[in-house]
Amino acid sequence: MSHLLEVKNLDVKFDTDEGRITAVENISLSVDQGEVLGIVGESGSGKSVTAKSIMKLNPGNTSYNEDAEIILDNENVLQFTSKQDLKKIRGGKVSMIFQEPMASFAPAIKIGAQMVEQLLIHKNINKDEAKSISINMLKRVGIADAEKRFNQYAFELSGGMRQRAMIAMALSTMPKLLLADEPTTALDVTIQAQVINLIKDIIKEYQMGVIFITHDLGVIAQVADHVAVMYLGSVVEKGPVNEILKNPKHPYTKGLLQALPDINNLDAPLSPIPGNIPSPLDRPTGCVFRTRCPHHNPEGKDGKIEMKLIEVETGHWVDQCGIKCGQNG
Amino acid sequence: MGDNLISVNNVSVNFDYQENFISKKQKIHAVNNINIKIKKGSFFGLVGESGSGKTTLGRAILGANKISSGNVIFHDDERDYDLTDMNKQDLKEYRKKAQLIFQDPYAALSPRMTVRDIIAEPLEVMKITNSREETDERVRDIAAKCRLNIEHLRRFPHAFSGGQRQRISIARALVSNPKFIVADESVAALDVSIQADILNLLKQLQSELNLTYLFISHDLSVVAHVCDVVAVMYLGHIVEMGPSRELFKNPKHSYTKALLSSIPSIDPEKRSEAIELKGEIPSALNPPPGCVFRTRCPNPGVDCKGGEINMGLTEVEPGHWVDQCCVI
Repeated sequence: MSHLLEVKNLDVKFDTDEGRITAVENISLSVDQGEVLGIVGESGSGKSVTAKSIMKLNPGNTSYNEDAEIILDNENVLQFTSKQDLKKIRGGKVSMIFQEPMASFAPAIKIGAQMVEQLLIHKNINKDEAKSISINMLKRVGIADAEKRFNQYAFELSGGMRQRAMIAMALSTMPKLLLADEPTTALDVTIQAQVINLIKDIIKEYQMGVIFITHDLGVIAQVADHVAVMYLGSVVEKGPVNEILKNPKHPYTKGLLQALPDINNLDAPLSPIPGNIPSPLDRPTGCVFRTRCPHHNPEGKDGKIEMKLIEVETGHWVDQCGIKCGQNG
Repeated sequence: MGDNLISVNNVSVNFDYQENFISKKQKIHAVNNINIKIKKGSFFGLVGESGSGKTTLGRAILGANKISSGNVIFHDDERDYDLTDMNKQDLKEYRKKAQLIFQDPYAALSPRMTVRDIIAEPLEVMKITNSREETDERVRDIAAKCRLNIEHLRRFPHAFSGGQRQRISIARALVSNPKFIVADESVAALDVSIQADILNLLKQLQSELNLTYLFISHDLSVVAHVCDVVAVMYLGHIVEMGPSRELFKNPKHSYTKALLSSIPSIDPEKRSEAIELKGEIPSALNPPPGCVFRTRCPNPGVDCKGGEINMGLTEVEPGHWVDQCCVI
């Protein structure tokens, strides 16, 4: 069976005043129907850029490499140039949920009107049908008084409610793929727990594929089936969630886990990853993590080992330099 | 008062609220009848969801919010300061001794000032130093303690990453040699690896400079790691308070239990057994009478459901206080 989404050898570069920045380098990922792929990494690791590439939503100074492919539902998104084609993916086959629900709704237009508008664009239905679909969707995501909320503005809703409305809006067009970019980061833990359960239920119900971007490994552990760990634009480790979190091989993945305060183990010291994430303008050659790697092997340290993912166990891929470093410590 | 640095006695903070100019004036009860004692040299944690009043309480202790009733006493070596009864001179003295570290290191630093000027500003404003040389020396001194490079002092904030900026904020807060620091969500905007670094730095500075912290956070795992004593707030009330290990191992209040269970576990096999709280935190304009948590409580008692039990902390074990509604 072919994948719902397959990203092959994707590079994303931005042309800026200071020069050409490599935001994403040689990324390959895949998502199946009904599967959640988690992408974790620090800020600046290229998680959002990767997700936005799937909808070609990156700004005008972006260039993609020629041999890259983003195959969604057997079509290469990167080949799309006409507005007509792009419309099919943006909001049609792919929907996105953003981190800041307040910033993603237009403040002066009623929530209902925004939901109806996008349905009219993507579906061949009339206004009344669109309204009833929207209200049903608001009910489905657990908003009480859906009819009342339909006629309200974003500022009248609380944070958790806004995020639910955002999810309802993203799902009402029945996309095949949902991109969730830090959807729970701005929420309190109790609300986060509600939203995570909601997303999980809905994925099961509608059998859609999901890319779930977050920097919170705990959230990843709860929602994802597979995980890709990104650092400075490259995937350094990927595999099934259980395998990655319980048996991490790459020093960066290990570092992230050690830096995380664990409420069940209060005696463990918090160990930060030393150093700072380098500027994308001077991206290290060879292994991107080598400037911060605590136990680099001599060749890796000099940047002589190229980045390349190797399968260490079935489905568990680790960067080759990271494997050597991982063995050292 | 011996070993306490701050005593908060029956403090309430209300804000006036008027929806528009013809509607009735209302009161928002942001913080209600809070009693806490912060020991010298302790790391006191304040947790709760947004809207629970933790920031308001922190600001009230710093004298940045007007206290509606009750008082806050700062026990300095020579004398006590009563925050509700303070003249301008005292307030100036107090400001040198109590400082704040903000949440967002991107918004807290002026983009037009060099790092040196940012850190030196409190010294100049409070007229602590007498000459430029003295100021420079104090700035260099504190910058080194906060692990900032001396060459960095000439640069502007835009040249720094989030973690470095937070270290600049910390240096600015510490330069006046304070005894008490309120850290309001100071690691919330940072990545995990940088968060660990900043938390370690705060701990290290605490022992080096004899600091006492009030650490405000919504992240329970962070609080559990760094704090000695923790108070859990909900809708302006403290619902549970105690030594952090005891409190996290043996939570008594249903809200604390729900919060703890909501933390997503890092173990994928332990899929969420979160006690799901229905709905959201009620408005502070008209909080429910009796126990404020009862509208969302997963297992309210009969009396409690009707709002017949008043809020009030009871000591269940030495130092471990729980709202009486959940004890019965």
